[in-house]
Amino acid sequence: MSIQTASIQTSETPLGRDDLARLVARDIKPGSFVNLGIGQPTLVSNYLQPEQNITLHTENGMLGMGPEATGDQIDGDLINAGKIPVTELPGASYFHHADSFAIMRGGHLDICVLGAFQVSATGDLANWHTGAPDAIPAVGGAMDLATGAKDVFVMMTLLTRDGASKIVEACTYPLTGVGCVTRVYTDKAVFLTGPDGVTVRETFGCTLEELQALVPVPLTAAPAVEP
Amino acid sequence: MLNFIDTVGEAVAGIKDGSTVMIGGFGNAGQPFELIDALMDCGARELTVVNNNAGQGDQGLALLIKEGRVKKMICSFPRQSDSWHFDAKYKAGEIELELVPQGNLAERIRAAGAGIGGFFTPTGYGTMLAEGKETRILDGRGQVFETPIHADVALIKALKADGVGNLVYRKTARNFGPIMAAAAKHTVAQVSEIVPTGGLDPEVIVTPGIYVNSIVKVA
Repeated sequence: MSIQTASIQTSETPLGRDDLARLVARDIKPGSFVNLGIGQPTLVSNYLQPEQNITLHTENGMLGMGPEATGDQIDGDLINAGKIPVTELPGASYFHHADSFAIMRGGHLDICVLGAFQVSATGDLANWHTGAPDAIPAVGGAMDLATGAKDVFVMMTLLTRDGASKIVEACTYPLTGVGCVTRVYTDKAVFLTGPDGVTVRETFGCTLEELQALVPVPLTAAPAVEP
Repeated sequence: MLNFIDTVGEAVAGIKDGSTVMIGGFGNAGQPFELIDALMDCGARELTVVNNNAGQGDQGLALLIKEGRVKKMICSFPRQSDSWHFDAKYKAGEIELELVPQGNLAERIRAAGAGIGGFFTPTGYGTMLAEGKETRILDGRGQVFETPIHADVALIKALKADGVGNLVYRKTARNFGPIMAAAAKHTVAQVSEIVPTGGLDPEVIVTPGIYVNSIVKVA
């Protein structure tokens, strides 16, 4: 076991947000069509390389979204799903909202990257509602993204502020989608999720045993098939 | 029947108490602020409003909600950092909310315009937003039955109209405009420019004029 865990620990320290975004960006296959969720996932766009030829989708109605607009580029009619002014790249296209969600719901996007409150051992996602009685619910496109993209990557810290694992046996927060998450990128490890449970691709600043002590579902090292 | 109307006030004058009104826009992009202000002035009450959000800041739809003119919101994302007027009404129990996943919102609006009586979709399956709805396993996936959203009136914003009501939009301001135009019994478009018939390339028209009833130019 110690040999195996040493082989999957790829960093001496936990990863910061930018390092994690860089890792997600590196893992996106060239030529992919990708939707980056609001918040931490948006950081991934900073690390996509031109030679990867990634096309970004924004659900308000655009493919070929460029970087955030600055100065004279700012145009109120050209915003992303987070309502931030953005730019268009050569080859960009605009379409109405039903077409934009057909791109998502029809299975045409290769990857979406989302934040999460919790992910279950079988890939259930909870990321839209805390379920608190006084909370005003707001779902946006989260459920469409979770069920529509071919691969759903989650980016989050592994632990809550109180030290509880966000990877859980079963989600206690209201679900966004059932069995939809394929990978979870956290500061302490990359997890692969599916019907057979959770495997660990790599760890950051901890061994698999140390990670297992934090996470209440059985973990095994993933077969070394990922790059 | 297409009418070119001089003022936004006349354009919304027919909206009655209790109407269902679709309002275009995602954030401020494509939001027909002038038509919403006119709706405010026309006095219609007990409205059901369909929009992606539930108003931001102290303008447009947010003011309509603040003044108690909206009985029910059908939207996907009401809670924002500046949605204080909706938040207050909701917490006071003074407004109904039908929360709809954004893709279901768009597809239900599209379905209304296309004469579709309902559809099954995986979106929302197994979540609290599917509670009480018919479900089936189709193609090996759990799916939820969703129904169309019709409206009495749509208020939308486009870039240009021609003499027969064909519309083109601008960038991401297109968003809900085309589907709302088709879903409502009466569609009012505010545009920045009206060009002569033949002045828009038929290959690039997004909303054919058949879906549009009233056009008002807003500077």
